[in-house]
Amino acid sequence: MPETTTGSAAAAERFEPRIVAFFCNWCTYLAADLAGTTRLKYAPNIRVVRVMCSGRIDPQFVLDAFAKGADGVLIGGCHPGDCHYESGNYKTLRRFQLLRRTLRALGIEDDRFRLEWLSASEAEPLKTVVNDMVEKVRALGPLHLEVPAEAFAAEGEEVAAR
Amino acid sequence: MTAKPKIAFYWCASCGGCEEAVVDLAEQVLDVVAAVDIVFWPCAMDFKRHDVEAMADGSIAATFVNGAVRTTEQEEMAHLLRRKSRVLVAFGACSQLGGIPGLANLSDTASVLATAYRTSPSTVNPDGVLPQRHTVDGGHALGLPGLYETVRTLDQVTDVDYYLPGCAPTPKLIAAAVQALLTGALPAKGSVLAPDIALCDECARKASKPDALALAAFKRPSEVVLNEEECLLAQGVLCMGPATRGGCEAACVQGNMPCTGCSGPTSRVRDQGAKALSGFASLVASNDAAEIERITGAIADPVGTLYRYALPASLLRRRRVAVS
Ligand code: SF4
Ligand code: SF4
Ligand code: FES
Repeated sequence: MPETTTGSAAAAERFEPRIVAFFCNWCTYLAADLAGTTRLKYAPNIRVVRVMCSGRIDPQFVLDAFAKGADGVLIGGCHPGDCHYESGNYKTLRRFQLLRRTLRALGIEDDRFRLEWLSASEAEPLKTVVNDMVEKVRALGPLHLEVPAEAFAAEGEEVAAR
Repeated sequence: MTAKPKIAFYWCASCGGCEEAVVDLAEQVLDVVAAVDIVFWPCAMDFKRHDVEAMADGSIAATFVNGAVRTTEQEEMAHLLRRKSRVLVAFGACSQLGGIPGLANLSDTASVLATAYRTSPSTVNPDGVLPQRHTVDGGHALGLPGLYETVRTLDQVTDVDYYLPGCAPTPKLIAAAVQALLTGALPAKGSVLAPDIALCDECARKASKPDALALAAFKRPSEVVLNEEECLLAQGVLCMGPATRGGCEAACVQGNMPCTGCSGPTSRVRDQGAKALSGFASLVASNDAAEIERITGAIADPVGTLYRYALPASLLRRRRVAVS
């Protein structure tokens, strides 16, 4: 897609990544809550979706977020051993690793998809994680997942020239 | 005497296996032929596009289209046949989900053409000529259909009434679909004409599939001697059965090979690969990141394994195209 921008540096500055965050009810969501009540300031780029357990996050949710315009997806769950449902976060870890490799094969960089264990008291680490991820995704730029079905590419000379 | 219903078959980006499947109806194909009037079937009968264009809109009772949509010609034919037909059936995995040709969505048109016409070992093309949309030869203007950058399913191009799953659909499913069409006993529009339950349900090995399964390694069928009775997943082989719709009676498992997912997902799953990924990953018998990486690393080609037939129909549809 041709972007009509004047000065790419200025455009990069203006790019505000949209990050969808799936946080588990018992740990990371509470950390986000604590960050709010203690007025910790972090980048406003994340939209938090509360799930009961990180193990509830179907890989389809992640793909759907990317497909609908997210530039990054963050998953937050309880530390290993602390999952309210005992093993949900281990399943999350296993799915995360295979999904990240699948996304890589589909052209989505590792920095756009992140898993972090954050307990209810870890508002400060949450702030660091969010700020860091926003910066990394900002550096990568918008995801732009358009499907160029209409990009008609077989105009003889044009293809031959590549 | 009432006229026989008119039926048409067409192929887009496909291998010919779906045409073969129709012929595989064996004696039943004669019943079908006796009951209907086949008005268009490029693979088997000499009718041309202008014959279809001359038909009245909606005059064909049902058209079965197999193959994914990649070229401008396939797209035009999809629209034309849609207009002429009262019922349009996406026949087979490629038409329903994108199928094997849909794996081209991991690549782009320029590299596909370069491989096919220049770099593949069997190619002899010293001048590096690529297909041209327009050429003039001996004073005659010649044209070829254009290739789209992305392979699409039939329903991403036009409105589809029913889907017949499988690579290729089994004679049993085809016969049942034709029967339903002829008697008007059709389910709701948009239905897949096969049971809406996972393949495991009709697999003879279901009883040996443990409720709780933990795998320390994923193996390829070539790396193990497979027991012919035990659930393949329980033997560490990636069987797509749990993430795939039934209807084929587990044909591949009957041949002691794992299901690779050709019948697509059930109606409760939007993205077959993601669902299979979720299931396979959760079976990994480790809580340690490095160990998990090692075990899941045995799935060398995750997209080709999880989305073998369903990449164009998936949530992301293709490998991301770099934008400049
Ligand atoms: S996983 Fe495969 S082998 Fe096992 S029951 Fe399901 S379809 Fe049959
Ligand atoms: S077992 Fe799986 S891959 Fe084989 S025909 Fe059935 S659905 Fe297709
Ligand atoms: S409840 Fe927090 S990860 Fe399971």
